Amino acid sequence: MTAPGPASAIAVSRELDRVMRADRGRLLAVLAASLRDLSLAEEVLQEAAVSALGHWGRSGLPAQPAGWLLQVARRKAIDRLRGTARDSRTGKALGLLAGEEAASEHQAIPDERLRLIFACCHPALEPKSRVALTLRTVCGLTTPEIARVFLDVEATMGQRISRAKAKIAAAGIPFAVPDADHWAERLGAVLTTTYLIFTTGYVAGPQEPRDLCLEAEYLIRLIDGLRPGDAEIEGALAMILLTAARRAARIGPDGASLPPGEQDRRLWDPDRLAEGRAVLARAVARHQPGPFQIKAAIADCQMAAPAPDWPQIAALYGALLRHEPTPVVRLNAAVATAEAGDPVRGLAIVEALGGALSDYQPWHAARAALLALTGDRERAVIAYREAIERASTVADALFLERRLAGLDPRPAPRRG
Amino acid sequence: MQYMLLIYNDPAREPAYGTPEFDAMMDGYFAANQRMKADGVLRSGEGLQGVETATSLRFRSGKVETMDGPFAETREHLGGYYIIDAPDLDAALTYAALIPSAHFGTIEVRPLMDYNPAA
Repeated sequence: MTAPGPASAIAVSRELDRVMRADRGRLLAVLAASLRDLSLAEEVLQEAAVSALGHWGRSGLPAQPAGWLLQVARRKAIDRLRGTARDSRTGKALGLLAGEEAASEHQAIPDERLRLIFACCHPALEPKSRVALTLRTVCGLTTPEIARVFLDVEATMGQRISRAKAKIAAAGIPFAVPDADHWAERLGAVLTTTYLIFTTGYVAGPQEPRDLCLEAEYLIRLIDGLRPGDAEIEGALAMILLTAARRAARIGPDGASLPPGEQDRRLWDPDRLAEGRAVLARAVARHQPGPFQIKAAIADCQMAAPAPDWPQIAALYGALLRHEPTPVVRLNAAVATAEAGDPVRGLAIVEALGGALSDYQPWHAARAALLALTGDRERAVIAYREAIERASTVADALFLERRLAGLDPRPAPRRG
Repeated sequence: MQYMLLIYNDPAREPAYGTPEFDAMMDGYFAANQRMKADGVLRSGEGLQGVETATSLRFRSGKVETMDGPFAETREHLGGYYIIDAPDLDAALTYAALIPSAHFGTIEVRPLMDYNPAA
């Protein structure tokens, strides 16, 4: 026990900060699972934190600060629910809480974060709301931090998050790990949300104080730890590790983005690369194929030595099309086909996708590259200009300008 | 929690009476009803006659206006509903997936307002 006094007040707030940083997601998950209401869970946890400052200052730090916070938050929730009109849902929550509250604060806190993650990534919520809610509750980002990532106004992001929390409560979205029948579909939504967090960070570049690539890596490692031995979770972990491994090399010294085959391999992170490959090998050995494992394998083949293994990449995209028959996957498959040695066929597929993808910048970039590969310089120039005009980052535009400048001049027609 | 499963579909895409597809749809509805009854979740459910039988009414400037036709001119119309009592949205969605019209129309799942019957 710490003696009361100004020194201990500092120690108390420092300890509270530490516990809230380390255990907030866990505490929130346990509370939300019984309350079935994320807003209420956040509010009572916040109230418990405020009480902690006073109590711990007077009586010293408890032996189990996280357990103490959980008990107090439960009591606050019971008080709140007793004060409101009863319906069947609050009745059920009260029963659950009363049982839990009777347990000792020294008991280990169960890890219910997988239930929280499945609720935040429920397909009944908009994809962007899933990302925001997961970042807020599981990764502990603040609303202003999330707003900054999406270049949104703070108030707009705050509204989005509260609307999503309100829908969870009102529509009865469960804090539950889905059963075997729905596992694959619902896990897909969770992994897609995680990967969306990763790509948002990858496009934005390293950001202070919260780097979304690292948050996504934390999240997928957490999910893998909570449900070990799942081939698709491992596939998503491998894909994130392999892509993160080449993050430092993705922009060249002149500021232009570079495809993996043209990157400086010395800048690849050897630890993430090795771990990503090991995790992928473990996943594939489970013989439960799925889209994330295939995407991880593609990322791996793009980093093959000495150059990307295009025939293998083309074959993998063919396999991915069976899981995700979307125009974007077809586009990537066509590029791989061209790079693997059949640019005419690749280009024909790309041209056929024009109706579906003409508003999609990578379609213009791919078409330009394949026109150049087939030797159609004139149309390649126009296509590169279309792609540059639509590029969303300076680095991508610069890369395309390099390509445009590097097009072989048309061989002068010979006379005589 | 109580949920209403609202069945929306485009009559033009619905299987025609007398075809094997129509029989399969009716068998599907029968099986869905049986399952909801057996699980003890079914509160009520009805099918509606076609939109050509609909009449809409509203008050404007204190006067009643009566019109032929449904509320909204859309391709998919409300064709029927179920009210079920399910533990959560996932359970409600599982029952919604049993409704044959989900294959050619859309099922909207909405929680009912809780008017606090215990108070």
